[in-house]
Amino acid sequence: MNWKFTEDRPIWVQLSEQLSAQITAGVYGPGERLPSVREFAAQAGVNPNTMQRALANLESQGLLVTNRTAGRSVTQDMERIRTLRADQARAQVAQFLETMDSMGFSRQEIMAVLEEAIKEEA
Amino acid sequence: MSEILMTCRGLTKRFGKKEALSGVDLELEAGRIVGLLGPNGSGKTTLIKLANGLLSPDGGEIRIGGERPGVHSKAMISYLPDQMYVADWMKVRDLLAMFQDFYADFRPEVARELLRSLDILPDERMKHLSKGTKEKVQLTLVMSRAARLYLLDEPIGGVDPAARDFILRTILTNYSEDATVLISTHLISDVEQVLDEAVFLKEGRVVRHDSVDDIREQEGKSVDQLFREVFAVGLPGRAEEEKGVRG
Repeated sequence: MNWKFTEDRPIWVQLSEQLSAQITAGVYGPGERLPSVREFAAQAGVNPNTMQRALANLESQGLLVTNRTAGRSVTQDMERIRTLRADQARAQVAQFLETMDSMGFSRQEIMAVLEEAIKEEA
Repeated sequence: MSEILMTCRGLTKRFGKKEALSGVDLELEAGRIVGLLGPNGSGKTTLIKLANGLLSPDGGEIRIGGERPGVHSKAMISYLPDQMYVADWMKVRDLLAMFQDFYADFRPEVARELLRSLDILPDERMKHLSKGTKEKVQLTLVMSRAARLYLLDEPIGGVDPAARDFILRTILTNYSEDATVLISTHLISDVEQVLDEAVFLKEGRVVRHDSVDDIREQEGKSVDQLFREVFAVGLPGRAEEEKGVRG
């Protein structure tokens, strides 16, 4: 797994975002057990307290659950994961639209560009 | 708030007329990884040597676990000096035996496992190892102790990126949870993401001591960027540097 951190924001925030993206992408499936905080921190090359903070954050969002005996795992609540996935898509699209707006593209032009790009990919 | 492991009060050290440390007040909590950050000559090594009793203060005091550095603190502190200190003629297995004799908290199985992962054989003589490998052996020995306070003086100075990753991972996976790790370095971007806290030393004084998260949240920039601002050289120096790059 590759983790990339930018300079401008706290690392735990970036860890949270990247982890939730991995959960929606299915890298960590529903109900899958996560490594221990220490192990996970070493994998990502970050401080264990930073990892702890990121995981606690995802737990408060309902994406992770802690079981006293089994440690931390991804939620089995598919509805929660679907909502998150939709949220992430909306956020990406909003950002895309904003950039296109600033470049002076109309909604119609954006649709045309998108359709063409998707066709080319196929 | 958790237990305070190391306390400095008005800690001062002079070498001749020069003050290497001037009235340093500092408290380090247990369970933290702390970066001791400053350019060369800012007093990092002096502070570390005062903490492990290799130097004695000229003013103020330093306490480790509530006591002055001495026999008691030596048992608690695992120290990686900024220079090679093991005898070249020794074999890796001799070093393991020596550490086991010296330190009650030495975990030989941890050391052996780490050396295995590095493909370093116990029968190897230190003088036959590359500089980078020697450094890894030393770090392995130091991190294989279950100490309360690890003092690592420039553990990543002059190693390649792969070795640096090994060193940081070794630190992260091997320090005990109630221990504090103090890492001195001027290569901040390399260690920033493993740190809980940063202590900025400038000309023998602590000019900032904050959590890395707080620095990023308050300043909107990394510790590395902040460091470059705090320790920015004056304009003439910078002009010179640019000339150097061009030439």
